[in-house]
Amino acid sequence: MSIFGLFRKNKSAPMARERLQVLLAHERASAGSDLVSILREEILAVIAKHVELDADRVHVKMDRDENMSILEIDVEIPLKATLQAA
Amino acid sequence: MGKVIVVTSGKGGVGKTTSTAALGAALAQNGERVVVVDFDVGLRNLDLVMGAERRVVYDLVNVIQGEAKLTQALIRDKRLESLFLLPASQTRDKDNLTTEGVDRVITELKRVFDWVICDSPAGIERGATLAMRHADMAVVVTNPEVSSVRDSDRIIGLLDSKTLKAERGERMEKHLLLTRYDAVRAERGDMLKVDDVLEILSIPLIGIIPESSDVLRASNMGAPVTLADARCAPAMAYFEAARRLRGEQLPISIPGDKRGIFGKIFGRKAA
Repeated sequence: MSIFGLFRKNKSAPMARERLQVLLAHERASAGSDLVSILREEILAVIAKHVELDADRVHVKMDRDENMSILEIDVEIPLKATLQAA
Repeated sequence: MGKVIVVTSGKGGVGKTTSTAALGAALAQNGERVVVVDFDVGLRNLDLVMGAERRVVYDLVNVIQGEAKLTQALIRDKRLESLFLLPASQTRDKDNLTTEGVDRVITELKRVFDWVICDSPAGIERGATLAMRHADMAVVVTNPEVSSVRDSDRIIGLLDSKTLKAERGERMEKHLLLTRYDAVRAERGDMLKVDDVLEILSIPLIGIIPESSDVLRASNMGAPVTLADARCAPAMAYFEAARRLRGEQLPISIPGDKRGIFGKIFGRKAA
């Protein structure tokens, strides 16, 4: 290591530890059946019952945190479909 | 049409995933559109090394099985907007990778990206042969160590027989990426030298990545080493390797060779 190493502020091992803890907590909890993917499938199925889903207009995003997961489903519903439903 | 590269080695733990992430990011840092594809179904790790493990929604198997569109499964890197990841499935069996499915996905990716970099699983089974199947060129990752060199030799044989290129009777372009190289130990005679490995494997060298704590630091943080610290020795070696992938002719320097205390203090560039 060069002398610059001495002045490095943030250590990387704690980051590795935290990232792994979060990831493994989620993977262990969802061994076999992943709740988030079940929710994802079922929510999309419910929407698809009422609106014709265009796969290009469905955006699913996820962010896993220490204490929770965020599942974000963003569906563009065309005006035509809303009129039909009304 | 984009170029398809397979990063392969036979042996595990030699640096395929690290190298896939670093080369992918290095190419994308130059503005090219890059996708890195994880073929290690059941034991994915490219997402972790790229720092995208919390954002995986769909994966390669979902796309192959028609459960998700390719555009939904691609994860855009948070730091580089022309870099994308297609993760492997963690829960599915690798038998879910079908030849036709992989054909379809790679064909589609080639249309959109300049580079499609396939991170092969270790071994010589289905996942590994599917990862190399569409390759235009191969990066064979090797450590200066007997078992790694032997396994690389075996993989070179597969690249020349089990790929679409080989089946068409064309020549597969193969490049050696020597990783975890320690010039001091090689000089002392405790490690195979670059020339030893080159002589045994007889494929052209694309880069020598020095053994370095910077690589571990980068993976701890979840960043390709070329993004974590672009000026550290392994990052610079990966940047050079990426330039050679683009076809540039550059002289190969052996990192860390004969570097004294002055070199260490002032000469990070010399590394």
